[in-house]
Amino acid sequence: MKSTEQADTDIRAVLRDHGRLAQDIATLAPDADLYQAGMTSHASVNVMLALEGKFDVEFPDRMLKRSVFASVDAIRSALAELGAVADAQVAQA
Amino acid sequence: MGFDLVQISTVAQSLEQFGAAYERRIFTDDESRYARSSSALVAQRLAARFAAKEAVMKALQLAETGVGWRDIEVVRQASGDCEVALHGRAAEAAQVAGAEQILLSMSHDGDYAGASVCVVFAPPGNGSL
Repeated sequence: MKSTEQADTDIRAVLRDHGRLAQDIATLAPDADLYQAGMTSHASVNVMLALEGKFDVEFPDRMLKRSVFASVDAIRSALAELGAVADAQVAQA
Repeated sequence: MGFDLVQISTVAQSLEQFGAAYERRIFTDDESRYARSSSALVAQRLAARFAAKEAVMKALQLAETGVGWRDIEVVRQASGDCEVALHGRAAEAAQVAGAEQILLSMSHDGDYAGASVCVVFAPPGNGSL
C-alpha cells in the first residue's frame, strides 16, 4: 500500500504519460477537473490501464464512472477504496 | 442523442502500449475478431467501436452508472449493418430509462472515427428494451 504522497506522485506521472492533457499536470491542483484540462474519454482508458499496472489493482465495472477519473483527488480516493493507497483519514485517526 | 469522435492513431498507440489488456477490457471477442479480420483496419474499426460505446453512454447518460465498455457491444449483421447490443448494467439502465430502440451510425476517415447514436424511448406505460 502506498502513502498518499507517493500515490499522488505516481498518479501525476501516469497522467503526464497517458492523460494527453493540454496543461502541465504539475500545475494542476489535486481537485482540478482533468476533463477540463483536456483529457478525453479514450485517454481516460489509458490512464485507467496505466494506474492498474502501477498500483497492481483492477477497477471493477461499478467504478468505471467519469467522476472516478475526474481529478487527482478522485483517482486517489478510488485507489484507496481498492486498498492500494493509505486512506488519509484512517491514517490520521 | 450521443456523438463521439476518436483519434485513430491514439487507439493504435493504446494497442501498442497496453496490448491485449486494452483490447480485452474495451471490446468483446466478436468486436475484436471483426476488427482483426482486416489487418490494415484494426485501429480504424476499434476506434469506431469505441466512439459508438461512448456515444451510447452519452445518449443514455451512463457516465455515472458504472458500466463496463464490453457491456455496450457493436454487433455487425451479415448485411454489413451495425447495431448496438447492451448487456449487464448497461441493459438494466436502458430498460429503466425506457429505451425502446438504439440507432447507430459509424464512420472513419483519415485519423478520425466517429459514431452517432439515437435512442428512441417508449411512450410512458409502454414496454422497453
